[in-house]
Amino acid sequence: MALKVIKENCTGCGLCVDVCAYSGIKINDEGVAEVTESCILCGQCVDVCPAGALMMEEKKATVEDIFDYKGVMVFVEHEFGKIHSVSFELLGKGREIADNLGVSLSAMLIGAEGDSMALEVARYDVDTIYVCNSTWLKDYQTNTYVAEAENIIRTYKPEIVLIGATTMGRDFAGALAARLKTGLTADCTELSVDMEKRLLLQTRPAFGGNIMATIISPNRRPQMATVRPKVMAMPEPVKNPDVQIIQVQPVSGPQDMLLDILEFIPDTAGTVNLADADIIISGGRGMKGPENFSMLFELAELLGGAVGASRAAVDSGWMPYAHQVGQTGRTVRPKLYIACGISGAIQHLAGMQTSENIVAINKDPDAPIFKVATFGIVGDLFKVVPELIRQIKGKKQQTAC
Amino acid sequence: MKIVVCIKQVPSTEARVQMDPIKGTLIREGVESVVNPFDEYAIEEGIRLKERYGGEVTVISMGPPQAREALKTALAMGADKAVLLSDRAFAGSDTLATAYTLSLGIKKLGDIDIVICGKQATDGDTAQVGPGLAQRLNLRQITYVSKIREINLKNRKITAERLIESGTQVVSTALPALITVVKDINQPRIPNIFSIKKATRAEIPVWGMQDLGGDPKDFGFDGSPTQVVRIFTPPPRQGGEIIQGEVPEAVAKLIEALTSRNIINL
Ligand SMILES: Cc1cc2nc3c(=O)[nH]c(=O)nc-3n(C[C@H](O)[C@H](O)[C@H](O)COP(=O)(O)OP(=O)(O)OC[C@H]3O[C@@H](n4cnc5c(N)ncnc54)[C@H](O)[C@@H]3O)c2cc1C
Ligand SMILES: Nc1ncnc2c1ncn2[C@@H]1O[C@H](COP(=O)(O)O)[C@@H](O)[C@H]1O
Repeated sequence: MALKVIKENCTGCGLCVDVCAYSGIKINDEGVAEVTESCILCGQCVDVCPAGALMMEEKKATVEDIFDYKGVMVFVEHEFGKIHSVSFELLGKGREIADNLGVSLSAMLIGAEGDSMALEVARYDVDTIYVCNSTWLKDYQTNTYVAEAENIIRTYKPEIVLIGATTMGRDFAGALAARLKTGLTADCTELSVDMEKRLLLQTRPAFGGNIMATIISPNRRPQMATVRPKVMAMPEPVKNPDVQIIQVQPVSGPQDMLLDILEFIPDTAGTVNLADADIIISGGRGMKGPENFSMLFELAELLGGAVGASRAAVDSGWMPYAHQVGQTGRTVRPKLYIACGISGAIQHLAGMQTSENIVAINKDPDAPIFKVATFGIVGDLFKVVPELIRQIKGKKQQTAC
Repeated sequence: MKIVVCIKQVPSTEARVQMDPIKGTLIREGVESVVNPFDEYAIEEGIRLKERYGGEVTVISMGPPQAREALKTALAMGADKAVLLSDRAFAGSDTLATAYTLSLGIKKLGDIDIVICGKQATDGDTAQVGPGLAQRLNLRQITYVSKIREINLKNRKITAERLIESGTQVVSTALPALITVVKDINQPRIPNIFSIKKATRAEIPVWGMQDLGGDPKDFGFDGSPTQVVRIFTPPPRQGGEIIQGEVPEAVAKLIEALTSRNIINL
């Protein structure tokens, strides 16, 4: 067991028991703490123990060639020929990490239009761009992309690999890390470096954002992380005159496309998708029926945003599931989240509480949504929302004149 | 058709609402364990596939002895068999070690046609076990499935809809395959009293490290490259300002607040 109880120090106070969400520790008959089979080694008990009676064993020193790995690499994600903005955000963060470590920053670009995309990537401050180009790499497929990425990583040996925590990024990273048998930290919102140990400190929300955990991968390389879009700042384009573009021969072939992509049905409800939206207008049970969502769409259109929904609204069939925000829906982090007729149940908050600004419109002053709202209006949404639309339209007309 | 569903027992979200205001930590009291919500959809889909194409559904979980309860829920819903992978040596598993352990358990079940996982677990929130498991088992993977259109057992093909950010992608691949499912795929059934009673009495085999074979250093803490060094509760978000006044006035104040802070530009 990697969590040790130093019996002599334990006072049996039970703080560790209180703090554990898994019943992973108990006070035994001798009146001292004992680790149970349910322990997940999260270390929360170690932090609260006032007597220094709990100790987490460090991961064993490595036997592998981890010092052969150098540099930071960013995976460039693209869909329909367009590079995902999270890849640029990661180039910005990657630059900072690489500079701290005194190593170089590279980008890995797998696709069919790699050369033109490489030029776009080269607008940002990056040292090397590895391009793996082939017709059968046009669309993302787990198998072909993982094969190429594995080859690039094994050849060029970056110590850190960063990937966007998008649906595609998570499909890809989960498979790639297993292939490389290395650590992968999901959905990070903060990255920094432990300079002494030269380790990437990866901080991420878990339990729907109720807990934050900082995670390291001390003894395998590369250290891999997926990073939530829109959390890292978008860097200014700074051209690096010494940027090198290196062509990498593909190791996969057309026979490795294991998936037939038959059809794509774009989401037609609204013009912006939830994941990309800077502004989200969401409706809950308080919307009363599907027809009333048209006013949320109107408001979204005026503000250039997308429309979301609580689970209650989705389960009632008022909005398609793709628009559900929350624990069993999507996690969003827009600049502005406007919750209309949403109570703010914990499962809903799990999907939106890290939004930069939250506006709540609800007639119940005790609704929990007000506890997280930057601005709240206690009132009937059927009066408030139309008034909001009317006044915004008025303002827009003024500025247009 | 041989169907395997991977399920995880997680602490219920409801129970974690309480935060100790003085210590700033989560209060454990009343923590209840439930089947990971996404896995209920996985179980239901497994049972529906069996009803549609015939075959057998085995649910498998890696976890402490009490994870048996989650497996019993699945049996009550209509799964045929359950296996628990449990051993002290599995403690401290991250997604790499979890996928490894599950893969050995599934290999021990013999040839299979489809493995179904939930999109993600609500405690770790990683969505990494499914893809990791597909790699270990050398299965084709389709993540975020919102609908299985068809399984053709003769041609050994599955056609499914998957939900990605910008819409729905329809893909098809050969069996055996691993899919991860989202909520939209079905409506899980509620087991009746009779099947719950029957499930309570079910014998669930427990496989440990010895039963699975494999390399001891690939399990649990030693087999997990990632390590949590710090856990903290984020400072609770402060509730802001309740804007007072009649509707037109309150709305005007809200717009002013949003535009003056550059949150919206009109
Ligand atoms: C395992 C699990 C997972 C879940 N996952 C999710 C998830 O992913 N996403 C999610 O959203 N939920 C999720 N839920 C459900 C969640 O707990 C709530 O049930 C759901 O969010 C409720 O939606 P609501 O706030 O719209 O409805 P309610 O809780 O019913 O609240 C409606 C609110 O609207 C207000 N209202 C009504 N009429 C008006 C009016 N005219 N003007 C102003 N205000 C009005 C009411 O005062 C009330 O506060 C999950 C639940 C479970 C158990
Ligand atoms: N310990 C486990 N036992 C069985 N299945 C698991 C376990 N952990 C994760 N899974 C499966 O993998 C999915 C994704 O989990 P995660 O990668 O932890 O978010 C879950 O919905 C389960 O189907």
